[in-house]
Amino acid sequence: MTTTAPPVPTKRMPLTAFPSPKELARAKRARDRQSRTKRGMLLGLLAWIVGLLFVSPVLWMLLTSLHSETNAATNPPSLFAPLTLDAYANFFGANSGASPWPALINSAMASVFSTAIVLALALPAAYALSIRPIKKWSDVMFFFLSTKMLPVVAGLLPIYLIARATGLLDSVLLLIILYTSMNLPIAVWMMRSFLSEIPVEILEAASIDGANLFTIFRRVIIPISGPGIASTALICFIFSWNELLFASVLTSTQAITAPVFLTGFVTSQGLFLAKVCAAAIAVSFPVLVAGFAAQDKLVQGLSLGAVK
Amino acid sequence: MTTAVQAPPRATVGRPAPRKDSKALERAAGWARRAPLLPALIFIVLVTQLPFVVTIIISFINWNSLYPNDVYFGWLSNYVNVFTDASMRNSVFTTIILTVVVVVVSAVLGLLIALLLDRRFFGRGFVRTILIAPFLIVPVAAALLWKHALFNPEYGLFNGVLTWFFGLFGATAPQPDWISDNPLVAVEAALIWQWTPFMMLILLAGLQSRPLDVIEAARVDGASTWQVFRYMTLPHLRRYIELAALLGSIYIVQNFDAVFTITSGGLGTANLPYTIYQQFFQAHDYGAASAAGVVVVIGSIAIATFALRTVSTLLKEENR
Repeated sequence: MTTTAPPVPTKRMPLTAFPSPKELARAKRARDRQSRTKRGMLLGLLAWIVGLLFVSPVLWMLLTSLHSETNAATNPPSLFAPLTLDAYANFFGANSGASPWPALINSAMASVFSTAIVLALALPAAYALSIRPIKKWSDVMFFFLSTKMLPVVAGLLPIYLIARATGLLDSVLLLIILYTSMNLPIAVWMMRSFLSEIPVEILEAASIDGANLFTIFRRVIIPISGPGIASTALICFIFSWNELLFASVLTSTQAITAPVFLTGFVTSQGLFLAKVCAAAIAVSFPVLVAGFAAQDKLVQGLSLGAVK
Repeated sequence: MTTAVQAPPRATVGRPAPRKDSKALERAAGWARRAPLLPALIFIVLVTQLPFVVTIIISFINWNSLYPNDVYFGWLSNYVNVFTDASMRNSVFTTIILTVVVVVVSAVLGLLIALLLDRRFFGRGFVRTILIAPFLIVPVAAALLWKHALFNPEYGLFNGVLTWFFGLFGATAPQPDWISDNPLVAVEAALIWQWTPFMMLILLAGLQSRPLDVIEAARVDGASTWQVFRYMTLPHLRRYIELAALLGSIYIVQNFDAVFTITSGGLGTANLPYTIYQQFFQAHDYGAASAAGVVVVIGSIAIATFALRTVSTLLKEENR
């Protein structure tokens, strides 16, 4: 590179016996760059080690779930034991025990329906808070956020009493209502942040062309904010799927969800480690899929749209 | 008949409104603006605020569901119970310690990892992806994993690794009973593992929003890496750190899954949500549970005030 490019300093070289300050600086920069790349590689290696360290419990869980019960419970661990799907077959009810399917289906219903309702409520609300904002829109935003800071446990008893009085106890419908209220503030905040990214000109142009609200939603807002809306939905789904406290207090047999099923699962005294790991993986699977799918917008969602 | 019904609105829309109606029209326009918001707002008020009002009312009533005939207005007796009952008081301290330790440790770890991930290296995207994984394990599943697959004194991974490692030197390995020896630390470790990715994601986004030209300029002027970090990166990150810590606190104050699963609230790990759950589920003391709930809310409001302020500065910045 130095031979092909004849910059000004090299021409001046023969005139002075000493390397010019510019050259000294360049040499120092080159040396710095070399040491920096070396340090960079070490730090890259460190990042890999930390990453693998953090994911190792998950990998261990996966490996254990693929071992037989006797191989799963050895000390020191038997890493290279033969792999088997027995634990999964066992979890899904091949041998005795309750089938997890009703719980998984309840969880899926509660999560999917509550997410659908959240979107249906949050999208218009976000429209009224960003595109055609009402007067005190930021007050309303903070009201939504403050409900999220109210600990869930504080409202548990009245909800229980009301549910018992209305016969909603132990029903998926009750969970759908509660999960909707749990995720609605998050969704409103996320959606507002996505909708406010839409250029105003496009919306004005659409309304000048005579598009009504519904058309604007269908033809402008949803296509542009589609990825944001999708990741909002995925995050709401994750939070609903994970929820334990409401589900464990308000359901007993009919509407039991997957996390509740997991807590009631470890009662046997025999060897159960592989089965527990298989169960944990199976129940976490939808969340892992949804989370990795929403990865790009995960930060914006988790910080309620405050961080891009 | 249909024409008669349809005609009037058309006429009013076309013509400028008479002065008498202008206020009414304005009001109607205001409601038209508000209309899309109302379903969400009404829903959230009904489902989240109403129960809490009921909680406040019940917190003044002496009410144990095992004695349904003995329900009477008890003034502040439930609150006195909350603050004099040793287990309640302990759970307040446990909640504070648990929250502070988990938030601080995971924020520091998250910052260090975010700094590592902020530089370019081979497989950076992959490392970032696998680092998110702990956050995407269902909390109950993660708690079960830590309790049975890692902490278990007989066949958990930790003691397994100890056996294997000491076996290399032909020594007998110590086999601590992790949960019984340090129950609160065990719960904290599991939570830190889950929440570090959350902190890391927010802080990494903060790092990547730094104005790179300014930092480049500082480097050219001879600022060292430490100086750049201390005087440029850290001040820029401050609000992100606050945001991450406060959002984390909101979730961890309310943590129930890890305490419920790993120790079942035993061995001094019962935090307020767990204690309230227990009061209500096992002791059937509705009044005391409600009073404790109100105390939790007041505590959260303290955190929430700070959180709202932080978020509002970010929101203002975005609109500038």
